[in-house]
Amino acid sequence: MAKIIIPTPLRKFTNNQATLETNAHTVLEAIRELTIKYPDLKNQIIDKNGDIRKFIKIYLDDTNIKTLDQDKTEVSAGSVVSIIPAIAGGNIT
Amino acid sequence: MKKLIIYLSATETMENHALETYPEECCGFLYGTEGDVREISHAGKTKNIKSENKRKKFKIDPLEYLRAEKYAMANKLELLGIYHSHPDHPAVPSEHDRENAVGYFSYIIVSVGKNKINNIRSWQLNDQREFDEEKILESKHMKVNT
Repeated sequence: MAKIIIPTPLRKFTNNQATLETNAHTVLEAIRELTIKYPDLKNQIIDKNGDIRKFIKIYLDDTNIKTLDQDKTEVSAGSVVSIIPAIAGGNIT
Repeated sequence: MKKLIIYLSATETMENHALETYPEECCGFLYGTEGDVREISHAGKTKNIKSENKRKKFKIDPLEYLRAEKYAMANKLELLGIYHSHPDHPAVPSEHDRENAVGYFSYIIVSVGKNKINNIRSWQLNDQREFDEEKILESKHMKVNT
């Protein structure tokens, strides 16, 4: 089984679960499985066009899936899929 | 108003980091425990990876964010927020801070000048995506910021 890591700010949508296990074969399947189980999470990760939100990054192990096969990236047993909020800011008015 | 205790060691880490990187913005992670009062027991420095205009912007490497989540899990802590500095500017979030913020996290801002800390304030995004200030409580473990 693969593991999905939920970032702290989104755990209120997963009953405070930090990690979940999945049998999904691709990142897209894993995200679908997750958002079916926790519907309130969907809007946090997916935009109205069905794409991953701009401020959310998905990593397979230590690699951004944008540099792999996007949401078709294959997930194997022992893989870790991480949902990561983009963190930025600063004193621009 | 939500309440926050920041341990002295965490305050010192943030202040020293802000002074070291002045006039550029510093940034890092906040760890601790959640309850009626949120307690920030550790601050962890990370690199501002913004390639330009670091005096007014910061960005955190997603892999460093992932390491921070794993560090929190391994140490039975919770990742509770992000700190950054505002060089020569008040400890008040900008519109850029607000647009990029995520809910639940405490956003601690250190207002820093050349060789001096002005003050520290903490903010959290509400459901309307506006920042509410968090009250930093006095504690024997922490420095009081006014």
